Amino acid sequence: MKTIGYIIQKEFKQIFRNKGMLPIIFILPILQLVILSNAATYEVKNIKFAYIDYDHTSTSRTLIEKFNASNYFDVLTNFHSQEKASSAMLAGKVDVVLEIPNNFERNLLKEKTADLSITINAIDGAAAGVESGYVNQIVQSFNKDVKMDFMDTSKKNVQPVAIESIPSFWYNTTLNYKTFMVPGILVLLVTMITLFLSGMNIVREKEIGTLEQINVTPIRKSQFIIGKLFPFWVIGMGLLTIGLILAKVIFNVPMIGSIIILYAYTSIYILVILGMGLLISNFTDTQQQAMFISWFFIVIFILMSGLFTPIESMPKWAQIVTEFNPIKYFVEIVRMVMLKGSGFMDILPQLWKTLFYAIIMNGLAVWSYKKVN
Amino acid sequence: MKRFIGFIKKEFYHIFRDRRSLFILFGMPIAQILLFGFAITNEINNVDIAILDHSKDATTEEIINRISASKYFTIKQMIARETEVETAFKKGKIKAVLNFEKDFSRNLIKDQKANIQIITDATDPNTANSITNYINSILQNYQQSENKSIQIDYQIIPQTRMVYNPELKSVFMFVPGVMTIILMLVSAMMTSISITREKELGTMEILLVSPLKPFQVIIGKVVPYIFLSVINAAVIVLLSIFIFKMPVQGSLFLLGAESVLFIITSLALGILISTIAETQQAAMMISLMGLMLPVILLSGFIFPISSMPVPLQIISNIIPAKWFIIIIKGIMLKGVGMAYIWKETLILIGMTLFFIGLSVKKYKIRLE
Repeated sequence: MKTIGYIIQKEFKQIFRNKGMLPIIFILPILQLVILSNAATYEVKNIKFAYIDYDHTSTSRTLIEKFNASNYFDVLTNFHSQEKASSAMLAGKVDVVLEIPNNFERNLLKEKTADLSITINAIDGAAAGVESGYVNQIVQSFNKDVKMDFMDTSKKNVQPVAIESIPSFWYNTTLNYKTFMVPGILVLLVTMITLFLSGMNIVREKEIGTLEQINVTPIRKSQFIIGKLFPFWVIGMGLLTIGLILAKVIFNVPMIGSIIILYAYTSIYILVILGMGLLISNFTDTQQQAMFISWFFIVIFILMSGLFTPIESMPKWAQIVTEFNPIKYFVEIVRMVMLKGSGFMDILPQLWKTLFYAIIMNGLAVWSYKKVN
Repeated sequence: MKRFIGFIKKEFYHIFRDRRSLFILFGMPIAQILLFGFAITNEINNVDIAILDHSKDATTEEIINRISASKYFTIKQMIARETEVETAFKKGKIKAVLNFEKDFSRNLIKDQKANIQIITDATDPNTANSITNYINSILQNYQQSENKSIQIDYQIIPQTRMVYNPELKSVFMFVPGVMTIILMLVSAMMTSISITREKELGTMEILLVSPLKPFQVIIGKVVPYIFLSVINAAVIVLLSIFIFKMPVQGSLFLLGAESVLFIITSLALGILISTIAETQQAAMMISLMGLMLPVILLSGFIFPISSMPVPLQIISNIIPAKWFIIIIKGIMLKGVGMAYIWKETLILIGMTLFFIGLSVKKYKIRLE
């Protein structure tokens, strides 16, 4: 026990002595949490909108006025020809172009129907879908007004059947993205820091040659490993704490569930990551290799965690791959506990899997760590 | 010059000798682009939903059938009571519950009006929103087919044309982003590590006292990585054309030239990092911790920049990846030429010169 204590002391000293690393470990993640959480939003706002009005009637102007009044669209420009509009779209100055054809008002009055053409830059397919939804909403509401104006009163009574749908958004009634993203990004930062630090730590001693010096001491394998990893466990938990406080103070993210469950889960989760780091350390010879491998896994873990894009939308095989992603479980748990107030029984499946994962990872890591070359 | 070539040769030997790193360098980008190209999508598919049906009549059954027939939803559960909604959400699998009011059919016939409540788990606002929209459009289709007999006058029909990506494939959005991330991180990380490695091992001093000029040492370090990154970029472009069916509307040559420019920008950033960092560890943490999230989040790779708060939109301008993503999307999907992307190109060139200039200023050619 005493030996472990000394190793831990040594590790902490080494971490805090390295003045270049301290800001990277503590300040960089916090800064990123505070700044970048604001960037992660799928909301579509300030749509760059332009129109071509060939009709020049009061009807067409009313329609444009409707777009002008909407919060989603920045009515940018009035183009006089299609060529100009499409060239602006190529240059990325415009994303939605509304074209009101000649005789729009006349067709509507005489033929009882009129076309509008809308061109949307669809490179970002999801945003294009939303934009098209907004356009249709405005056109529909405009259409309703037009009908009221033009129709004779006798016909107004014939009403089609209508199913009214009432959306109700639970747990996040204002659809605030920060509530959703802050816990997830926090998880990510905790994971990245602990994985990178633990992955590089032992291999660094290997590379510099100090590992051999430790290997010839009477320190036992298990003592050495515990002593090496414990400081990073503490750093991980510390980061989580700071992050949770910031989430509450700056972003006002609710904490509906039990904070004890969250900490209990995190303490097991970090073990998975540390085990993984140690395993990487064992199988590499240089810090460069260790870093590459950590980087490879982290990018996969991040993008397949359900943090930014939903897991349910992935193809079946990819969903199976995500089962091996520890970040996925952590992201799920943090969101469930903080935002929905899920209890111990609700998170039990994830907890079991994480525990199992931790045992496997650390087992493998200890087994593959050799004192003798 | 001969010395310089010899030095570059040495660097190549270093890289080729480390088989493991080499394997990672080439294998990983390929594995990643394949994995992400197929797996990352923000479309909604097969969302698990539950039904709370108080009426259980012909109309609700018809609507439920329509919903379960769509590829967007899988009906996982029939719920009997309101109180069970909460339990279903807390377990985390069910994302939405459809609540049909009592006497749905009768209300619809008698009052021409009936209510459905769409309860969504809005912890994920995007999914919640999309689910609501999709269910609404299914309901609208149903109503239209019911209302066929009634003729509607004064109808405006919007004809929407989705340009550049008519099928709204999210691959078109994500492949350029993944390509950018891989090139940026690999290039910046590789150079910063290989230079600080010499510092840390003490061999940098040997190089400095050699007859090679300091800038030759740095260029010699970088050249092999330009070479490797160009191969990487070519492989990624080929994969995206042949596997993900990304079009290249514009000139392939221009795409290549711009990629080389971006690789050089990233390498210059790597050099700058190496002048700041003393140890490999610090270099790696800066290039990974410092670059990864900003590049993913502020480049327009996943989230639209125009929707961000204004200060972040301004910050996003200093992310080289943002400009490169605009360039690749322009060339590949819109088919534009230099006339439309000269500004972005100039910005990348400017950034490169800035990084190099700053590195030259900070680069220590003397021993401590």
